[in-house]
Amino acid sequence: MTGREDLRAAFSEERAAIMPYLTAGYPTLDGAREVGEAYIAAGADVVEIGVPFSDPLADGPTIQGTTTQALRNGANVDYCLDLASGLSRRVPVVFLVYYNSIFARGAGRFFADAAEAGISGLVVPDLPVDEAAKMSEVSLERGVAICPLAAPTTTEARLATIGAVTSKAGFVYCVSVSGVTGAREALPPGAVALLRRVRSAVEAPVALGFGIGSEAAAVEAAAEADGVIIGSKLMQLVGEGGPEKAGEWLRGVREAVVGVPRPDAWART
Amino acid sequence: MQQKTETGYFGAFGGRYVPETLMHALEELEEAYERYRADPEFVEELDGLARDFVGRPTPLMFAQRLTQKWGGANVYFKREDLAHTGAHKINNTLGQILLADRMGKDRIIAETGAGQHGVATATVAALYGKQCVVYMGEEDTRRQRLNVVRMQLLGAEVVPVTSGSKTLKDAVNEAIRDWVTNVDDTHYIIGSVVGPSPYPRIVRDFQTVIGREIDVQARERFGREPDAVLACVGAGSNAIGAFHPFVGREDVRLVGVEAAGRGLQSGEHGASLAAGKLGVLHGALCYVLQSEDGQITEAHSISAGLDYPAVGPEHSFLRDEAIAEYASVTDEEALEAFTLCSRAEGIIPALETAHAISYAEKVARELGPGRNLVVNLSGRGDKDVETASEALRVDG
Repeated sequence: MTGREDLRAAFSEERAAIMPYLTAGYPTLDGAREVGEAYIAAGADVVEIGVPFSDPLADGPTIQGTTTQALRNGANVDYCLDLASGLSRRVPVVFLVYYNSIFARGAGRFFADAAEAGISGLVVPDLPVDEAAKMSEVSLERGVAICPLAAPTTTEARLATIGAVTSKAGFVYCVSVSGVTGAREALPPGAVALLRRVRSAVEAPVALGFGIGSEAAAVEAAAEADGVIIGSKLMQLVGEGGPEKAGEWLRGVREAVVGVPRPDAWART
Repeated sequence: MQQKTETGYFGAFGGRYVPETLMHALEELEEAYERYRADPEFVEELDGLARDFVGRPTPLMFAQRLTQKWGGANVYFKREDLAHTGAHKINNTLGQILLADRMGKDRIIAETGAGQHGVATATVAALYGKQCVVYMGEEDTRRQRLNVVRMQLLGAEVVPVTSGSKTLKDAVNEAIRDWVTNVDDTHYIIGSVVGPSPYPRIVRDFQTVIGREIDVQARERFGREPDAVLACVGAGSNAIGAFHPFVGREDVRLVGVEAAGRGLQSGEHGASLAAGKLGVLHGALCYVLQSEDGQITEAHSISAGLDYPAVGPEHSFLRDEAIAEYASVTDEEALEAFTLCSRAEGIIPALETAHAISYAEKVARELGPGRNLVVNLSGRGDKDVETASEALRVDG
């Protein structure tokens, strides 16, 4: 199966997919593996691995803190690939990676190595769909999907551009709020309207991320989104109580989204 | 000239590598700029303020004693240090505040390293009654306290940045994060010819007043275009401003001078063109100081304004096309030129500018007597007296 197919299969009509994020190399190189194991044990449908970058300009203080620590721990791209390959046989893995990490390795080599590590898709927060077009060939060739982002400020015209590439995408990453990553208690007011707008424009599952920091917000998101991405909140929990604490919280969320009615669920084709 | 500025690239360099959240704001900015750059009222307002508020045109001065001492070409200084706030930075901030005002943005943000761009932004924000927030690395707020106080006096809020290396590149990250969060009512006045398209072109165009004036003044002073134009290059705004009108004129040498810091071999420098690799930082594809793995490395220079690990995409293009040439000067050489210029010409230059002055000696000798060389004296050195006095004391 290609990465796109792996990802599509992770989304179901019954309930929203649970998509936890971890920073590779945090809290330690081995500790990050334990975080991944805890996510799988808690029933994660997709695991997002953040590749640490020195200048993560889409991230708020929590994830910045984890990536700074991870870089100090020596988390390089080779390590991130190794971490991914340890998880990717059991759960689809997505890399959250800033563009310079891809560029420095060379897109050809990066996609080849990602495919080798079993990575299904890439989310590149500083690579808008316009600039991503130049990588679509290597993405198809290697079967590693590029998952575009949509934001509250995305215009209808831009949404159409994003929609035009989504037949090749694993999913569309819907950014819930104009801002950086960071846990918030409640779902931002415009998030539901945004999800509906994005869904009507794209032919792919739509996952909601940025700022989902409570079980209540996750449940609210799960009624509208095909997937719920949780990052900063989990990294906070790892910092406070290690992989176990994060896994336990995630299991609660996973249980809470079961049975949430989903009138507009992604219909698998 | 293969400068594909229409699509946001200079040759292969530039682009728009930013979060999706900012894409619409960049499109809006581009539209507004295209509309107002040709609007007579906009141009009149900008020219009027450039004259009355900034003090333009700045003079072209014959540096007689340096010319004699070096025994080569006639050396001229383009006196951007005499522009209001003490550096060329005001040319850009003035143009951008007019744009922000036309776009209905009431909140202004900026990053600053040495504080010159922060002061220039706070100044125009005060002039237009806008709220102003300036991000500055915590390290830099300590090193450049004078400029912190100036910004505060002008009504700006100075936010110390504690993430990453706590210097200019981190201040840019923080400004971008603010912009992503407050994009509806906020305009980001970026301080140099970096960042996502259309910033490198907008900043260049507002700084090009320097080169246009040099062109006119050169003809008045010595009846022809200069044989060489020199400027220091951190990210590169004063250099692009001075160079741009001369791009494509074969008889004018364009020389950019980067910071070699403690020496290119030491790894502690700010010479992105000399020692960087192609990469993406702050939204643009350009030359970047980075590790094998693509992590951005810290730059070093005695001058905080050259302490930036990347260089604008248009400089990357001009270098690769051999349209401009680039050299580098160490901290020590810059300090010597700083002292020399102060004593020989009665001008204390910014330490950034001192890099260009240092290299001017070599170019003046290469050109020889009877030829004319213009150094863009991009800023005054008041902000640097403490750094310089410490460094000079250590040295002797």
